[in-house]
Amino acid sequence: MEPIMEPLVRICRVRGAYPWTGMTTQLSHLNALESESIHIFREVAAEFEKPVLLFSGGKDSAVMLRLAEKAFWPAKIPFPLMHIDTGQNFPEALDYRDRRVAELGVKLIVASVQDSIDSGRVVEETGPKASRNRLQTTTLLDAITEHAFDAVFGGGRRDEEKARAKERVYSFRDEFGQWDPKNQRPELWNLYNGRHRKGEHIRIFPLSNWTELDVWHYVADDGVELPSIYYAHRREVFRRDGMLLAVTPFVTVMDGEEPEEMMVRFRTVGDASCTGAVESSASTVEQVILEVAASRLTERGETRADDRISEAGMEDRKREGYF
Amino acid sequence: MELLRFATAGSVDDGKSTLIGRLLLETKQIFEDQLEAVERTSRDKGFDYTNLALLTDGLRAEREQGITIDVAYRYFATPRRKFIIADTPGHIQYTRNMVTGASTADLALVLVDARKGVLEQSKRHAVIASLLQVKHLVLCVNKMDLVEFDEARFDEICEEFSDFAAKLDIDDLAFIPVSALLGDNVVTHSPNTPWYEGPTLLHHLEHVYIGSDRNLIDARFPVQYVVRPMSHDHHDYRGYAGQVASGMFRPGDEVLVLPSGFTTTIAGIDEYGGPVDQAYPPMSVNIRLAEELDVSRGDMFARPHNAPTVTQDVDAMICWFSERPLQAGQTYGVKHTTRTARARIQDLNYRLDVNSLHREDDHPALAMNDIGRISIRTTVPLFVDEYRRNRITGSFILIDEGTFETVGAGMILAASAG
Ligand SMILES: Nc1nc2c(ncn2[C@@H]2O[C@H](COP(=O)(O)OP(=O)(O)OP(=O)(O)O)[C@@H](O)[C@H]2O)c(=O)[nH]1
Ligand SMILES: [Mg+2]
Repeated sequence: MEPIMEPLVRICRVRGAYPWTGMTTQLSHLNALESESIHIFREVAAEFEKPVLLFSGGKDSAVMLRLAEKAFWPAKIPFPLMHIDTGQNFPEALDYRDRRVAELGVKLIVASVQDSIDSGRVVEETGPKASRNRLQTTTLLDAITEHAFDAVFGGGRRDEEKARAKERVYSFRDEFGQWDPKNQRPELWNLYNGRHRKGEHIRIFPLSNWTELDVWHYVADDGVELPSIYYAHRREVFRRDGMLLAVTPFVTVMDGEEPEEMMVRFRTVGDASCTGAVESSASTVEQVILEVAASRLTERGETRADDRISEAGMEDRKREGYF
Repeated sequence: MELLRFATAGSVDDGKSTLIGRLLLETKQIFEDQLEAVERTSRDKGFDYTNLALLTDGLRAEREQGITIDVAYRYFATPRRKFIIADTPGHIQYTRNMVTGASTADLALVLVDARKGVLEQSKRHAVIASLLQVKHLVLCVNKMDLVEFDEARFDEICEEFSDFAAKLDIDDLAFIPVSALLGDNVVTHSPNTPWYEGPTLLHHLEHVYIGSDRNLIDARFPVQYVVRPMSHDHHDYRGYAGQVASGMFRPGDEVLVLPSGFTTTIAGIDEYGGPVDQAYPPMSVNIRLAEELDVSRGDMFARPHNAPTVTQDVDAMICWFSERPLQAGQTYGVKHTTRTARARIQDLNYRLDVNSLHREDDHPALAMNDIGRISIRTTVPLFVDEYRRNRITGSFILIDEGTFETVGAGMILAASAG
């Protein structure tokens, strides 16, 4: 063995090109984000016993799955996916989910809100504006306990919402699945602390530093397939509270609400009862990028009924253990 | 496009969040629904003006108390640069969150209230930024509207801060008189400060020369994970997955494997889908070796003639976050690159007085928010470089083994004699 020597060369600060080869040594912004996310995936796979990746079929979880695929290639993704199924899905999202699962040969766990309702764990909201969105938290936490998952990957991004902007990459949850935003662990450099006791778990957010536009640029550059409803299509919709809701079996059209057929696309894909569409003619990813860049409303403000309830809507749900 | 990461710093209520809100608003980064929400809350609370701090103070407790508690991350771009902002809390109780936000920053915006001048907390944050090797500092003298945009007051504060900053390890320091509330010199030049000829804050952020602090010399690759597909297509594949910490790696390069001390060559470097001909920071890749060696998580690849120091004894500066004081003799969990071990505090060399920068060497303990110099001994060897030379192989965290909390951030000075 060679003796361990002190470094011989002095550090020099090089900018951009690597001078003696002329090759570039600068990662693009998107590649740097990708690399950071892959680092996080590998860190979790190495340090936790039972991770799981939450997969809804939305664009963020599509990118997450792609990143997980890359992180472990040429091996398979070493943990299962889990879908918290409200039973109120867009069929395109379910098709997409099942297709990706088959392609990758990963295991999919479906935790069903309907089961939580049937077993009396939660009580379904009533009335024309009833939504199963909030009920998902119980289903999610029950599934985490049942399977003893200790790390749960989510696709949350800090640019989505102001409470999310406060969250760590490794977000500690106590035995009740609760988030305590006033008492988060310091998180320095890329040294993540995943220590926890049995029954506690860590939510992991590899896309923390991605913006909505980054996600779309990545979808474009990497050719990530998305459910078709992310691109403009004709659909029967109606206006409610300033949002365009799709006519589906899961919503009750009320008096005075007039469904009409429009060209729309979805900016987020969640539960069909509370996810709004936007008017759009963008049928390619490049056109979507232009629209997203020009948008004057946030994605959640424009398309998520659940986030429009109150200023602390997201924070409150997150404290309870929501995604 | 170049990326600049910056963090705010300074004492409580000096206007950090308001400044970030102002910057985002005037660069048209605020969506209509976000602004409406902030206007509504400001009205409901009976404020005379829209409180732009609400754009980043996203927690209920923050809105109730009117202070920042934890870092908010915001992302924005101008045609010249991309920015990641960490808006950090000024309150001393939340210093740990300021350190969190500053640990990855290139630049720190230190705010000072023009009426109050440079406070102990302003200095503490400047010291922390400097320890973390945040090389670029901007002193924003804020609330100039409350001192009639007085040039003499501005000069006085700049002078006081310069004297202090002269003792810090920074590359450049800029001074800008601003009013975060009214927008003076944030994005546009202010008619109220005709005596100020420097750039606006945005202009400075867009143009300050950052270069690259990536170390492309010292090849360091902490092994994170071993990829073994055990599939028919990749029967014998064994890739060492990790993120390049510094330096360059190429197929054919000779590598030293630590801690075993064997040398071998790189057979190939893979990203998803296939081989690449080089890897540099911060790429995440799989490295394949020419020989089958026993390599696992926590090991490191370096070069036979340029290796980190392999040691169980480390001297470091430490920022302490826990209510339970740090004392010699205690043990903690330590995480350094991909290695996890235990560490005993051998010695508390001194506590740093952040006001005077004096070293108090008869201090028995470090209290929460203190900064000091310690010597630790670890249960297994670590592969370390000086933090100044390498942010990744030079940093570690300490973890309380009872509560599992992250209690300290360490920046390695040198391997100690032991
Ligand atoms: N007059 C005046 N008031 C200001 C200015 N900037 C901020 N303020 C006010 O100062 C108060 C504190 O502002 P914040 O932006 O919350 O201060 P902060 O530095 O973020 O505080 P912490 O994050 O809690 O440390 C608020 O009431 C602001 O409206 C300014 O330029 N002029
Ligand atoms: Mg603040």
